[in-house]
Order: sequence, then structure tokens, then C-alpha cells
Amino acid sequence: MKKVVSLALALAMLLPMVANAAPLRQEVVYTVKKGDTLWALAEKYLGSGPAYWAIVFATNKQAQVDETFATIANPSLIHPGWKFLIPSAEEAAEFLKARLGRQVTVLGVWGGDERAAFEEVVAPFTKESGITMAFEGTRDLPAVLTTRVEAGNPPDIAILPNPGQMVEFAKAGKLVDISTFMDMEQLKKDYAQSWLDLASYEGTLYGIFYKAAIKSLVWYSPAAFEAKGYTVPTTWDKLIALSDKIVADGGVPWCLGIESGAASGWPATDWIEDIMLRTAGGEVYDKWVNHEIPWTDPAVKKAWEYFGQIARNEKYVYGGTTGVLSIFFGDSPAPIFDDPPGCYMHRQASFITGFFPEGVTEEDYAFFPFPSIDPAYGVPALGAADLVVMFKDTPEARAFMQYLATPEAQEIWAARGAFLSPNKRVSPDVYPDATTKAMAEALTAAELFRFDGSDLMPAAVGSGSFWGGTLDYVGGEDLDTVLTAIEASAVEAYK
Amino acid sequence: MKKGSVLPWLFMLPALLILAFFLVYPTLDTLYLSLFDKRSENFVGLHNYVWALTSKDMFIAFRNNLLWLVLFTALTVSLGLALAVLLDRVRYEAVAKSIIFLPMAVSFVGAGVIWKFVYAFRPASAAQIGLLNAILTNFTNLDPIGWLVNRATNNFALIVAGVWIWTGFCMVILSAAYKGIPGELIEAARVDGASEWQVFWGITIPMMKPTIAVVTTTMVINVLKVFDIVYVMTNGDLGTEVIANRMYKEMFHFRNFGRASAIAVILLLAIIPVMLVNIRRFQEQEAIR
Repeated sequence: MKKVVSLALALAMLLPMVANAAPLRQEVVYTVKKGDTLWALAEKYLGSGPAYWAIVFATNKQAQVDETFATIANPSLIHPGWKFLIPSAEEAAEFLKARLGRQVTVLGVWGGDERAAFEEVVAPFTKESGITMAFEGTRDLPAVLTTRVEAGNPPDIAILPNPGQMVEFAKAGKLVDISTFMDMEQLKKDYAQSWLDLASYEGTLYGIFYKAAIKSLVWYSPAAFEAKGYTVPTTWDKLIALSDKIVADGGVPWCLGIESGAASGWPATDWIEDIMLRTAGGEVYDKWVNHEIPWTDPAVKKAWEYFGQIARNEKYVYGGTTGVLSIFFGDSPAPIFDDPPGCYMHRQASFITGFFPEGVTEEDYAFFPFPSIDPAYGVPALGAADLVVMFKDTPEARAFMQYLATPEAQEIWAARGAFLSPNKRVSPDVYPDATTKAMAEALTAAELFRFDGSDLMPAAVGSGSFWGGTLDYVGGEDLDTVLTAIEASAVEAYK
Repeated sequence: MKKGSVLPWLFMLPALLILAFFLVYPTLDTLYLSLFDKRSENFVGLHNYVWALTSKDMFIAFRNNLLWLVLFTALTVSLGLALAVLLDRVRYEAVAKSIIFLPMAVSFVGAGVIWKFVYAFRPASAAQIGLLNAILTNFTNLDPIGWLVNRATNNFALIVAGVWIWTGFCMVILSAAYKGIPGELIEAARVDGASEWQVFWGITIPMMKPTIAVVTTTMVINVLKVFDIVYVMTNGDLGTEVIANRMYKEMFHFRNFGRASAIAVILLLAIIPVMLVNIRRFQEQEAIR
């Protein structure tokens, strides 16, 4: 990193010098004499010492086709008699400009394993183009991003966990229209229209979806189910019947934890959205997300009540409602793998496998689709994805966006696991295991697909009163009071 | 103009400029923004203030700030005072005081995380990872309590964490004042046959009054701005919202600049009277010297 900075500085000083020095108009073949150094040669022929990198590059390139030229492995170790190719000053300047100090700054929520995976994704890009990535990860992305955008210092690229934020920044005119430089024909082939629509605001495409997750999954332990003779339920009624049976057997059916720091409540909103798709269908769901029906609408209330049937039932949930409110969502599925199981089922997105306790292997868990409620709407899929948007239009950022849209860039992470790609060209064979492959298929094969609604709503509702409302509801608050309060915040937020 | 009246201003100029730029200008800008809508585009008059003073969310925030104001201030000052007086009589005073002052050295966010662990909840059937619930379940027959999610306990749980941090600070200041009380006064009282209790109420308290007042007002200002602990431990969920956390949410999460600015102005207005009292006290104290 330090090297890149110092090279960039050297380059900044060097460019005018190259222009002013007696320019070397043509490339020269030079044989090394005793006492020569690359630095001195560069000063003599190119007008600047640091430009010696151009000589190294040109010579090494020539050596590949003509063996009489030297291959310079170590620029500080050269021998008399070696044959160099010194490029023209113009070529040297261009080379340095293209090679050194090019960087793209990226802001995202990833840390730990996710960040390592992303860096692996970017490595071939850096190798190919010489552009390095400076990645900044924060769990409080909205705050950091808002501050930097308002200060006039946004990152080149941000990876947003929800399109609602994209809409906010697009409205404020802070984002770059990416359709001007992306291969739109290819994008339209690679992504389902619904993905492109979600990444657009008022007809302008502002981002591409990169890492997707499917949320309508119920995780369980096949071994535990087998031991007790439980079968996978295919309808809501069977799901409730199974839950009752588990209670009758002295167990707890559901692992549910909705604590998540400053984002507490979001797992509950996923539940409600999933239920809503199954009780009211896609059209009503869209109306609800766009606030064309109020929160006090019977369709909305019904979905909450279905959720309450499980989450507010002290016997159904691990640790009772206090447990639901207190336990970190990532820790909540762990009791599935205890002996005897602390609880049996966990409804959560595909990425939860990354949170399973250490020592749990692929044979220990499986999922079934969150079952249908109203047969009229079948088994819909709820999903979410990270959206890559651009705040600064630089050639480096453009190249980076183009790279991330390629199937190759997505396959690198897909092969590592805990990653589903929304890109149709990504081959299902790259997924590392059968479970991930099944999830990828569930994502593409769903009869009805909808994006996580709370991510699409304005933040004051989607990551504000809706999150908080679910906590109040699980905590015992009256449903009408909760919905009236959310509705009050929505009226202002959707303006 | 006399020479003497220009020069002081010249010396003060850099400081005044910095103050104007970093304090006066943002304050005026906030006031201005509070009269506009969420994206600072349309003038909405006092709409944001009406919202701040009538909405249910803000009512909870005001109520909790009041609760903090009373409990936090009373506990930190009284505990600090008690410790200052009592620790004066123990042999390892410096060590004991250092330990009590130590939380002050922990960042507030760090303290919030620590206390979140202390209050952690696990079902009765599982092993407790929270200190408080582990004590509760191991030494009594009670079930573990969701300290931070139970509406009856969560605000008090947060306040206790705040008191843990700030008591040491109050203790150190009050201890300095206590040691400043002339020994002959106390001695004279004892010779006259005053009990310890009488010495405390009749001499110690009146002598320390100015310092107690300064410490109290400092704590009041502190508590009006309380943010870190709430943000880290509950984020204002389940009825634990406070004014500053609400302001942060409106600003950085909901991007509603109008509302956030209105809350900031209200907070400022609430703090100004306390500030004035504090400055007056301070000046009086200086005058005595």
C-alpha cells in the first residue's frame, strides 16, 4: 500500500518532467555497460529516475518474444552486456499512468470471512488492470455513507445491503447512471428484468446486484427429525401440527432470535414478509411495500397475526418471548445442534449457515421451503441481495463495476460458499455443495419471487418503525397499537 | 480607538474565528435546517417541532431522559459523595479510588458492550452466559430475567451502566473538595460533641455545597446528552429511547435532516439553562477565591 502511494507521488512529480525533458521519440535498444543503473538510464533517456519501471516492463515484455533481451527480475541487480529496450518517453509516460497508483475505494458492510472472500474476488481484477481496491467495511453503513456523501467525500463505490438506500441517494442525485458505460445488452441477458428494475430509480439503472440470498428457508436437523419421527411439513397447518407435536413431546419447536444490535427486529420483518406473500400474494405485497395500502389494512394485520401465532407463543419459541427478544440472530440456530436439541426449526436466509456453530458439517443440517399458507399463492420465495452502486465516475470505478458484473467475478465467491448469484450466466456447478446448489435452484425456480420488503421501504419505516414494531409486538404490545404507530411514521416517510 | 482595546481582540481573533466556524455556524445552520423538510428542500415552518413535541416516539424519549435525569444524577452524585467521605477513612484509599475511577477510562461504547454481556439472557434450560442471570439462577430459584428487553427493567439496567461509569468521576471531584475542608472546623465540632452524622450534615455538606452543585450540573448536562450506552445496548428499542439516540436515528438512518435538526435544537435549549447555572456557580466560586 505504502509503495503504491509513494509511486503515485513519484508519478505526480514525474509527469511534467517527462514532458519537459528532451523527449526520446523512439524506443532504443541499449546494452548495459559497467556502472549503469536503471535509475540513471531512466534519468538520461526518459528524463526521470522513477520512470525506470517503464524500462523494466518494456524489456521484460520484449524478452518474451526475443530471447536476446534480458529479463529483469530485480531492478537493483543488472549486469553488463544485458540488452534493454528503452521505450519512448511518450510510451513510458502512458505506461506509468496506466500502471501506478490506480485505485478504487469501496465501502461495504463486509468483514471477516465475507471480506476475505471479496478480496479474493477482486484479486484477478487487480492483476489484470493494475487497479487496487481500498475496501472499508462498517456494520453501520448508512451512518458512515451519509456522513461521507454529505461531506462531499463519498467512496467511488458502495455496496448497499438494501435498494431502499439506493433510492434515497438516487433521489438526492448522488449516484452515477451506470447504463452509460455498462454493456446493457449483456446485462439484460444476464439478469432477470425484476433484478434490473430493483436496481433502477425512475428508469435509470444505478447499480448491479452482486450477492443474493434466499430467505424463505426453514433449517432443521435431519438426524433429530428422524430420531423423533417428524416429517417435513408442506403446509402451514402441518407446520403448526408439527409444532404442537414437538411441544407435546416436551421439546421446543422454534429457534428464534431477533436481536441484532442497532438492527434488532429485522429477522421478524422477514417472517412477516414471507407470511404476507403466502396469505395475500405478490400484488398486495407490492402495494404494502409501496404504501398503497395502510399498515392497518386487514391483509397486513393477518400476516402479523400468523407471525404472532408462533413468535408470541411461549411454548413454541426457545427461551419464550424474552429469548426471542434477547438472543442474537446469529446465535439463535445453535440449539438445533445440541443433544437433545434445544429447538428444532429455524426460519432464516441462506447465509445463516455461516453462523452455525463450529464443528457443524453439511450432513448435520438441511432446509425445507417455508410452507405454503394459501394454496392460491403457492410457495413464493423471499430474497435479498447486495447492490453495488457508484458515487464517483472514474475510469477505475467503471472498470470495477464492469468486472463485478461478469460471471467470473461472481463464480469466485460462489465457489467459496454462502453466496448465491443473481447472474443467470453463473453456472450452478460452481456451488460447493448440494445445499447451496439447492438454494440457488430455489431462488431461480420460485413461482413467485419478491425482494425483502423492509429493504425497499424508506429507512424510517423499513429499518425504523417496522423493526421496532416487531420488537414491541413480540414484547406483548397490542397489535393495533403497533400498526397504528408504524402507519403514523409511514405517512411522513413516503412523502 | 485606544491601542489597548485593539490588541486583546487581535489575540482572541484566531480563537473567535475557530469558535464561529465550528460552533456558531453549525448551530445557526441546524436552526435553519430544522425549519425545512427531510431533504432540506421545502420550508415547513415549525412542523418538525410540532412533531417532536407531540409524537409518541419522542414522548418516550423525553420521558426516559427525565428518568435518566433524576436517577442517574441522584445516584452518581450521592454515591460519589458517600464514597469520597467514606474512602477518606480507609487505609488503601488511593487503590480503592483508582478502582472505582477505572470505568471512566473505558470507552463508553466498550462499557456498553461489557454491560450487555452482564445482562445477557439465555433460557433457564441453557447455561447462562450473563453474569447477572448466572448469579440469579445459581444462588436463587428464580428464572433468568431479560434485563434489557423487559420493559420493567430495561431503562434501569441502562442507568446502572451509566452510573457505573460516572460515579468515579463524581467521587474524585467531591473527594478533592472534601479534603479541602479545614480540619480545625471538623475538630471543633467534634470537641463540641457533634456526632459523625451531625458533622456530615452540619459541616461537610454546607462546605462542599458549591462543588456538589458544579458536579450535579455537569452530570445533568451529561445525562441530557446520553447516547453511547443506549445506542450500544438497546438502540432505543422496547421503550428505552432517549433524545440523542433519536436524533442520531433521524439523521443518519432515516435521513430526515429536518427532524434531526429540530431535536438538536430542543436538546440545546434544554441544556442552555443548566449551562448558565453552571457558569454562574463557577464564577461565584472563582470570586470566593
